[in-house]
Amino acid sequence: MSKIASPAVTAETAQFWSRVNDGQLTVPQCKSCGKFHWYPRANCPFCTSDSIELKPAKGTGTIYTYSVSRRGKNDSYVIAYVTLDEGVTVMTNIVNADAAKLAIGQKVRVALVESENGQRVPMFEPA
Amino acid sequence: MTIKNRAFIVGAYEHPTRHAPDKSLVQLHAEVAIGALADAGLNKNDIDAYYFAGDASGLSSMSMVDYLNLKVRHIDSTEAGGTSYLMHVGHAAQAIAAGKCNAALITLAGRPRSEGSSGAVPRATGDASPEAQWEVPFSATTVNLYAMCAQRHMYEYGTTPEQLAWVKVAASHHAKYNPHAMLKNVVTVDEVLGSPMVSSPLHRLDCCVVSDGGGALIVAKPEIAAALKRPKVAVLGAGEAIKGQSGGEIDLMTSGAAVAGPAAFAEAGVKPADIKYASIYDSFTITVVMQLEDLGFCKKGEGGKFVADGNLISGTGKLPFNTDGGGLCSNHPSNRGGMTKIIEAVRQLRGEAHPAVQVKNCNLALAQGTGGRLGSRHGSATLIMERQ
Ligand SMILES: [Zn+2]
Repeated sequence: MSKIASPAVTAETAQFWSRVNDGQLTVPQCKSCGKFHWYPRANCPFCTSDSIELKPAKGTGTIYTYSVSRRGKNDSYVIAYVTLDEGVTVMTNIVNADAAKLAIGQKVRVALVESENGQRVPMFEPA
Repeated sequence: MTIKNRAFIVGAYEHPTRHAPDKSLVQLHAEVAIGALADAGLNKNDIDAYYFAGDASGLSSMSMVDYLNLKVRHIDSTEAGGTSYLMHVGHAAQAIAAGKCNAALITLAGRPRSEGSSGAVPRATGDASPEAQWEVPFSATTVNLYAMCAQRHMYEYGTTPEQLAWVKVAASHHAKYNPHAMLKNVVTVDEVLGSPMVSSPLHRLDCCVVSDGGGALIVAKPEIAAALKRPKVAVLGAGEAIKGQSGGEIDLMTSGAAVAGPAAFAEAGVKPADIKYASIYDSFTITVVMQLEDLGFCKKGEGGKFVADGNLISGTGKLPFNTDGGGLCSNHPSNRGGMTKIIEAVRQLRGEAHPAVQVKNCNLALAQGTGGRLGSRHGSATLIMERQ
């Protein structure tokens, strides 16, 4: 598998990424309107409140859609949108899977994978 | 205030090049600008507004206006990917209707083929792009962000790879008459399905070409259009939208055309069944299917059936589309197909398309663009134009 590009972490998102390195995927939830959102940001994209809590995610979800993409001559990877049990749909990769057997609607669980600079990123694998 | 009949497309020019390693980017802009002026029968001093999307080049409208040595009193550098130029026409019509300018020049140029660009590798986004850190680690590319829409469309509506392939087949039936088209050979459904899978379910022939080139338009007030010798093409209506990930409430089955299209139809006072010719942005075959649904040419989910069996082929199909061969076969200058969509619609309305693909009595045409990435965030714009 080729190297995974590391996310360019900003002050706005540092806490989220640090929790991932601690082994915990979180989902931002607004304390004002109660809604989960994705991707993490300082102000709620629904009500604009800056009162956001990073809630530990169950770590499970279903594949909303995916695509097996060719990389170079002999390599491929699976990009996907996974709808988390919390309700938000996140862009990710599906790993540890036989790409030919993947299906929309399939249950998956989070797998934290190390990127180039050591920062872990949330990918998913068949549950 | 409406823009209906308040502005006319008086000049249109498409650069014939598809590969320009020896020309600078700004030189291409100048060449298409000069071409559009000649097409209109205007000279540089008649231009008092300049519209330019930057085309992801890093160039500013200040550099361009200075390089072209224009004297402008109105500028617009709206950037929404390949559909920007449709937005520019709508905005120019608004500015003309408001008396802010008389004649607006819009240019596009790019050299992605010479520079080795591809839709199958991740493209750099600006450091300030808030989405980058949530997408770059997963190798999001242009093609897989459209492929994921196609995969979901097949799941929800039973759309088939064969139906998507028909979009390319129809485009190829038109491209064979375009001497400048990069791909002039007619292809079959089987040839599309037999081409290498780039990002499932999209094959190489489901994807547009990568080409150098450019194009330009001049939008002018009615008094100028009336004084020129060219056939008159009026802007009847325009609509635009940006659609993204909606805070995580993602719906990949509806594009921004569901907002832009109805707005343009309402302003123009016409309906999809009235349209004689449609330029539909064809970055990928799925892009065409989803836009046709969202514009109301067929019901949501029935786009696959609508495009099948040659329904988009001029002369035989119900809705002739992209009679220049489109992005799938002719060109996609700067990885942006909106400009050429408008230009071919203007040719059709003037009766200047290739005779083999010219739509008879083509008095009403639509151009539709989707820029950016359908599967993450995209700009959408619709233009409706009439021959008068
Ligand atoms: Zn909120």
